[in-house]
Formats: sequence, structure tokens, C-alpha cells
Amino acid sequence: MPKAVTLSTPLTDEIVSSLEIGDKVFLNGIIYSARDAAHKRLIELLDSGKALPFEMQGQVIYYVGPSPARPGRIIGAAGPTTSYRMDPYAPRLMEIGLKGMIGKGKRAPAVREAMARYKAVYLGATGGAGALISRSIRSAEVIAYEELGPEAIRRLVVEDFPAVVINDTFGRDLYEEGLKQYRIA
Amino acid sequence: MVREINTREITDAVKRLSVEANEQLGEDVLRSFQQALKNEASPVGKEILDQLIENARLAREEHVPICQDTGLAVIFLEVGQEVHLVGGDVKEAVNQGVREGYGEGYLRKSSCHPFTRANTGDNTPAVIYIDIVPGDQVKVLVVPKGGGSENMSRLFMLPPSAGLDGIKEKVLETVKEAGPNPCPPTIIGVGIGGTFEQAALQAKKSLLRPLGTPNPDPELDDLEKELLTEINKLGIGPQGLGGRITSLGVHVRLLPSHIASLPVAINVQCHASRHKEAVI
Repeated sequence: MPKAVTLSTPLTDEIVSSLEIGDKVFLNGIIYSARDAAHKRLIELLDSGKALPFEMQGQVIYYVGPSPARPGRIIGAAGPTTSYRMDPYAPRLMEIGLKGMIGKGKRAPAVREAMARYKAVYLGATGGAGALISRSIRSAEVIAYEELGPEAIRRLVVEDFPAVVINDTFGRDLYEEGLKQYRIA
Repeated sequence: MVREINTREITDAVKRLSVEANEQLGEDVLRSFQQALKNEASPVGKEILDQLIENARLAREEHVPICQDTGLAVIFLEVGQEVHLVGGDVKEAVNQGVREGYGEGYLRKSSCHPFTRANTGDNTPAVIYIDIVPGDQVKVLVVPKGGGSENMSRLFMLPPSAGLDGIKEKVLETVKEAGPNPCPPTIIGVGIGGTFEQAALQAKKSLLRPLGTPNPDPELDDLEKELLTEINKLGIGPQGLGGRITSLGVHVRLLPSHIASLPVAINVQCHASRHKEAVI
């Protein structure tokens, strides 16, 4: 039976291993936004032995490129982008301690294997619910690659950010379970 | 009788419609969500639909985009043959409208160089299609297109022997492979026939027809209904989490093709389905 869980970052192996597909997570604390261009740069930094803009151990990355904030707002619309585009980069980041990824859409087998091996989870946020999701973001600050505009790395502080566990550390996949249940042959 | 229209009016329309399209979910989509709520068997699927309805309300009331991907700006102009456009280059006027709408409207700039990925900074160049039609008006259609659903779109140059069955197979295959990625529930635009690029444009134009309206051609209407039924048997559901509503509609446009070809283009549209129009 899926459970509702309130979590705070940074995440530990123990916390991550207690999650199962279908669990409803309410996430609190600091998460980092990064998508295609930033991931490419992070891997380049890793490859050349340089320090990353933030310490990866225990962290959660949210695949999002927000729209600009109107005056008086913390952030614009901030729903997830499609995760498969970050698949080439994700296993390396999990290797150095990334514990959670938030996005939407399916992940490659290599990413799912890395989640089981390094103990990390993949959480799904509702695609297209940009205005609704932005309500969970309490602060947003660019910490790297400002010139990338929407693709910059931002430190986000979230409160009860809603997400569902799509892939857990046991190799299971919520999308596959959904198909099994609702597919009419 | 020639009617003069200043291109500044086109700039203003593009600017206003870009913001409206991104903040105000179409009434046809909202009605479709309400209908989907009745037909969806999955509790999680229903929750997602509720969230999308709530999201649309927030976007409209707080002037925030429905989705952070406010798309590449795709603009269709239908220029009446009796119109004389004055005041400057019409394509530059459209781009200026995008620049102003995306800038002053707090929309995301999502256009970049394909190799360097350097952002162009103002969401130009817009993707512009201009058609000459009878009359003395200019119709402006603004159709912001996001990357997620567009990335799941496909085009197949089938042999004529593949036939209608081959086309149906490719539509289902495309939706199945896309799975959760294009933010289901989707709207599937299908362009059949024409040349390679014409099939794709027909697929995109098919997405402009309001959801829930029939195809004027009875045969194509039947095909649309059949494809929708088959798609919804796939079980992908809202956000791909499992359910009976994977697509809200399938729209088909058809043109004669070369005797050696059977092109089929499948343009996937997410549930934002943004398109607004104005007549000058």
C-alpha cells in the first residue's frame, strides 16, 4: 500500500531505501534546479576534477527551467521538464552522492540500475502544473550559470513539495505498474 | 477596395495573444478535463486531472503561465488578399510581438542555438507561417509549442502498401513509445499525405481544431474516434501513471500524396494545448 511521507533534505541511504513506488512524498528543505545545459557542465567539472557549485552528497536535483517571476513573486511557473534528457548524466551524479531526482517521464535502464546501486530515488512531479507547483517553492536563488537563464542552477527552498515515487531503490517502476493495471489488450 | 493595416497592430496582437495563450487554458480543454474526470477509472488519474484544473485556475487568476515551458512561438497569419500591410516588415513585426510578449509578459525564453545551446535571449526567431486568404482582414493565431510533447512527435514515409492499417499502427506505436513523456493526457495531431514537410504542417494545423468538435469529413471522423479508442486502451493514463484517459482527442488532416508515397506525421500535443487567435 502506498504511503504518504514527509521528508527533509539532505536524504540518507536509509530514508531513500524506505521509499517504495507509489509513495506520496512531501519534500522540505533545499533542492537544486538543473537541466540539460547545467548537467553537461557538472559532468565536465567532474571529469576535470574541479569542485561542483554545490556539495552533491544527500542532495535532490529538480529538473526544472522556471519561467521568470513577476515582481512580488518568488518564482514563475515551475513544473518539471522531461527527465530522459538528463539520463546520460544522472548515474555519475548518483555515484558522488545524489540521492533524489525530481522530474517527469521514464528513465533509462542504466539510470534505474544506478538508483539501486547507489541508493537514490526518482520522484515525479505533475507535468504542466507549473503554477500549482510553484506554490511549494519558498525561495529561489541562482547559484551558478546565471547566463543560462532558465537553465541556471538554482538553490530552491521548498515546503511540502508534492511528488510521487516513480522508481525506488528496488528497481521497481510506477509507470510499468500503471500499464499492467490499466492496459486493455 | 484595398484596406491598409499597420503591422504594429500585428505586433500588438501577437504580444497580447502570447500572454493569453500561456495564462488562460482553453475552454475546450477544461471541458475535456471535466469529461475525462467522469471517464477515468484510476484514482491517481483523477487526482492529476483535478490538479490540472486547479492549476488552470491559479494560472488565470495570478497571471502565471500554466506551464513553465511557454514554448517556441509559433504564429500563423492569414492575410486577406485585399489587405495592404504598411509600417514595416511583417515578419519583423511578428518577432517584435514575441519579444514584447515574452519579455513584458514574464514568459520563458526557450529558443537557443542548436549546437552551442546559447539562448537567443528573447524567444525569437518565431516560427511564422503566412497564408493569403480571401477578404480584407488579418487573422493572427498564436500557438506556443512546448518541447516535451514536440520531442515525442514523429514522421514516417510509409510505402503505399502499408495502407490505413500501417498508419494506425504508427500512430499507436508513437503514443506507446512516448508513454509518460509528453504529459498525457495528450491530443494527437495526424497529417496524412502531401510531401514530407507538408504532412508535418498538416499534423500541427490539425491541433488547432477545438477539442470535442467533429472532423468535417465523416470518414476521417470515424478514423479519429477509432484511434482515440485504441490509444486509450494502452493504459498510459494521466501523467503516464496508469489510467483510461491517455489522450483527449485525435485530429486528422489529409491531402493527396505522391503515387509512390504515404507520409504520416504525428504531432503530439500536451494537455496545455495553447492556441489563441484574433482578427484585425
